[in-house]
Amino acid sequence: MGNPIIFLLLAVVAIGSAIGMLTSQNAVHSALYLVLNFATIGIFYIVLNAPFIAMVQITVYAGAIMVLFLFVIMLLGAEQLRGVTDVHGGERVHRAVAGLLAAVLLLASALLLFQSEAPTTAAPMLDTSPTALGLRLFAGYVFPFEVTGLLLLASMIGVFIFGKTKKRGKDA
Amino acid sequence: MPEVTIDWYIALSVILFTIGSLGVLLRRNAIIIFMSVEMMLNSANLAFVAFARHLGDLDGQVLVFFVITVAAAEVAVGLALIVAIFRTKKTINIDDMNLLKG
Repeated sequence: MGNPIIFLLLAVVAIGSAIGMLTSQNAVHSALYLVLNFATIGIFYIVLNAPFIAMVQITVYAGAIMVLFLFVIMLLGAEQLRGVTDVHGGERVHRAVAGLLAAVLLLASALLLFQSEAPTTAAPMLDTSPTALGLRLFAGYVFPFEVTGLLLLASMIGVFIFGKTKKRGKDA
Repeated sequence: MPEVTIDWYIALSVILFTIGSLGVLLRRNAIIIFMSVEMMLNSANLAFVAFARHLGDLDGQVLVFFVITVAAAEVAVGLALIVAIFRTKKTINIDDMNLLKG
């Protein structure tokens, strides 16, 4: 499942960009760090024999979704909201609790991971072309696919309703 | 040279998920909280694809599509909500969004 050196390099970039996103004062920097993180995960998908998912990751996540984020950040002028470094009052307690929860999550996952007795050898390479994926999608997941279409329609209508401005001088 | 196994990918996924959850807990900017949620969804996707590769099963990759679709819908609605809140309250600091507090 890939070369260890490449894995470690990519993992360092992914974790570093994630921490950069968490700690940036400027929301635009956070968004750009997140784009880097998404692109790195896209490379992981290629290593994991999922080229089509990797392309979807780059175009949909790193492209469309992050453009939406950057657009809203710049539209609202919300770049310089308080970051993680300016602490005041009882926020130290919150921060300590959050750190504790994160440590518990990491420890529990590490314990589970080291206790697992799953086979470590990977299965042989599959055909993961878009054709194979599409056949699998429409063979076993037709109903979820339809529900997804409904979900997209509902979210589109929701966005229209939230984005609608009331007309002045008339009753809404 | 050690071989890269499924454990490495799961560990990376867990670390990214933890950083994302820390972002949700620590940041006060609603947009950054959304970005952290996106990162948590992404770490789950990474685990899905790693398991699909490990088990030789395409279902994991199909599920990633559904996660990406739900994430896209969630981002669209969430950002529209943030813009609507910003219009009325002129802030997206979540500490100021306390209208439902008794």
